[in-house]
Amino acid sequence: MKYLKAEILVGFFVFASIIAAAVMSLKIAGLVLNGSSAFYTLHAKFDNIGSLKLRAPVKIGGVTVGRISKIYLDDKNLIPVVDMEIDSSCSSLSNESKASIQTAGIIGEQYVSITPGFYDEESGSEYMKDGDYFTDTGSALVLEDLIGKFLYSAGSDAQEEKKKSE
Amino acid sequence: MLNFLGALGRYFLQKISSLGRSFVMLINVLLVKPDFKRNTLLLINEVYFVGVQSVIIILVSGLFIGMVLGLQGFNILKDFMATGSLGTLVALSIIRELGPVVAALLYAGRAGSALTAEIGQLKASEQLSALEMMAVDPLHRVIAPRFWGGVISLPLLSLLFAVIGIYGGKLVGVDWLGLDEGIFWSGMQSSVDIFDDVIPMAVKSFVFAVVCTWIALFNGYDCKPTSAGISAATTSTVVQSSLSVLGLDFILTALMF
Repeated sequence: MKYLKAEILVGFFVFASIIAAAVMSLKIAGLVLNGSSAFYTLHAKFDNIGSLKLRAPVKIGGVTVGRISKIYLDDKNLIPVVDMEIDSSCSSLSNESKASIQTAGIIGEQYVSITPGFYDEESGSEYMKDGDYFTDTGSALVLEDLIGKFLYSAGSDAQEEKKKSE
Repeated sequence: MLNFLGALGRYFLQKISSLGRSFVMLINVLLVKPDFKRNTLLLINEVYFVGVQSVIIILVSGLFIGMVLGLQGFNILKDFMATGSLGTLVALSIIRELGPVVAALLYAGRAGSALTAEIGQLKASEQLSALEMMAVDPLHRVIAPRFWGGVISLPLLSLLFAVIGIYGGKLVGVDWLGLDEGIFWSGMQSSVDIFDDVIPMAVKSFVFAVVCTWIALFNGYDCKPTSAGISAATTSTVVQSSLSVLGLDFILTALMF
């Protein structure tokens, strides 16, 4: 069957748009197509999550292995809980691993960094599975708190010196 | 004084009645019963004329806008040691604002003016009346395929614009200025959301497509059937579409983001 030149070009236009839509969703918006079975969810309680956002990356040694899927407050004791979807290819995380919130650069985005713990069957460590909680967590560094602490300690040092000189 | 009031009143009534006629035209176009068998070819021709022929201008301007954003963004972010956010900056500004708006402005200039001139010429040479004489509804045969062609084309064009623009930003930031590629993409992926950013872009683009095509078609359909009338209609198509795109963009941004 013979097609008009206009039809072929319109087909090409629509095809290019479909490719653009695919690039837009997969490469630019970072949509992940494989279903939920390829993930398992871990929870972590932090004292302070700083400015951690939904869909921020979860990294082990700088390699992204998952994303933050949910951030909410524990109803009873009002502690922030972060749910993260970890790629199921990364399944040998010991339950002694540590999750901490870190910042990329000074004003960069915040992400969760997992430091893998030792796996030792004799001391009773297990691999983390879907729904487990991190026992060891490190909160976000809040710059204002650090400055406050620094000023406070500088002030108390100065007072001690004053006392000594008296 | 009475003259002034009379002139003001006449001007106002004219504007209102042309607004009313434009709504009647839009409703008629929307309510035309689609006849896929006979009209598919007409529609394809219009998508070709309005969409495919605008692809080059859209791609070139998208590439350059992305490159300029990459360059300016890099130079400014460098002062704050935050060049890692370049991907986020380029992607969000193109997807949320520049993509739909600039594509719509280019579309109004490139395709909208052509639609107005074409229909104005059909009217001036009384071809629309001739169609009516043959019991063919010009809204059905002439206006509706052009309207749907425009409404289909502009969102696709905005999408192409946004993707090529982001690659233009990547070309400058990553390939020329030496930013790390992984940081560029990962920053973008963690901040661009398909429901918060890409869908609103499609909505914006769809609204602009309806408005621009509607304005272009109505100005042609309603123009004075003289050469001066066609030129005035073409001018007012570009002016009105550009202004309404920019105004609507503000409203849509306020509503959606």
